[in-house]
Amino acid sequence: MSWNKKNTDEMQDPVSDTVLDDALKNFRHSVHAWSDAAYSRPRTEMRIVARSGWRLAAVWALVSVLAVGSLSAGLYEHHHRQVLAQIRAEQEAHQRQLAAQERARQADEELLATVDSDISRTVPAAMEPLAQMMDEGQGQ
Amino acid sequence: MRKKAVNLGEMRASTRVMAAGTAVKPLTAETAEDFAAQEFACVVEKHRPQVFRFLLASTRDVDLAETLTQECFLKAHRNWKYFRGESSAMTWLMRIAINLQKDHWRNRRLQFWRQTRINSVDVDEASDWLPSGERTAEQQLLAREQVRQVWKAMNGLSERQRTVFLLRYVEERELSDIAAATGLSEGTVKAHLSRALSKVRAELGGGR
Repeated sequence: MSWNKKNTDEMQDPVSDTVLDDALKNFRHSVHAWSDAAYSRPRTEMRIVARSGWRLAAVWALVSVLAVGSLSAGLYEHHHRQVLAQIRAEQEAHQRQLAAQERARQADEELLATVDSDISRTVPAAMEPLAQMMDEGQGQ
Repeated sequence: MRKKAVNLGEMRASTRVMAAGTAVKPLTAETAEDFAAQEFACVVEKHRPQVFRFLLASTRDVDLAETLTQECFLKAHRNWKYFRGESSAMTWLMRIAINLQKDHWRNRRLQFWRQTRINSVDVDEASDWLPSGERTAEQQLLAREQVRQVWKAMNGLSERQRTVFLLRYVEERELSDIAAATGLSEGTVKAHLSRALSKVRAELGGGR
């Protein structure tokens, strides 16, 4: 490699070859050390994985139960509200019906009273002056 | 057991040498199978740690590396009879390991929602591993920082660059071996290595 080429490479690459070589060597040694340790580790850790698998299954089961519970509670609440609304609507309708019946009864009574009054005040033409006198006498 | 004829012409060179040396007994299918089984057992014993190391460095996940290593040797065992010795056994095994790793990442990308646990250790944890040599505390610290930066640079590499980089600088394989294991040409391997090194250089330069 010519001086110019080498110089250009060094300017482009902020890291010298020595540092790069050191870094790669350290990296290789690190991976080898890790791999040797992991390869020769006791396989009892497989049980830990299995246990964490059980834990995961338990968490999933719990989450499923909670989800189903929340859904059921929501549905029950919705149904309960619907029933209450229906009962309230029936009660209101019944009250409206009672009020209408009461109003009708009062109207009937008023009509009957008016009719009674009108009938009681209707006298033959010959008795009209006498009736007027009775009215005046009652007013006094 | 079913008897079958053994074609000596198709057997590997080592097998042929042995067959020629032991001409006293005729080579039956059983003895050939026994020999192949012993040969495969030797290959497993010799190369398993290397395959595991490559997969560990690729995935940074001990459990996954173990699983993929097992799958690799299972696949190798099934296909051992088709291995003709055109490349070294290690290169052949690496090829299987690389394909398994590719399949794993592809499946994981497609079915990411099925994978609820991620066991990969982070860069800092992976950098903690250093051989306990005769080093000062300062040197240890510097080495750890360099290792961390290389791991960090590896995060930015493509899958192929990472594979090539690991085979070259961790497994110290020849370019021709890497080309055979990855199915790439030597020129492409060089190009990937160059790009990977540039990124490592940049990371090391930025970290200083």
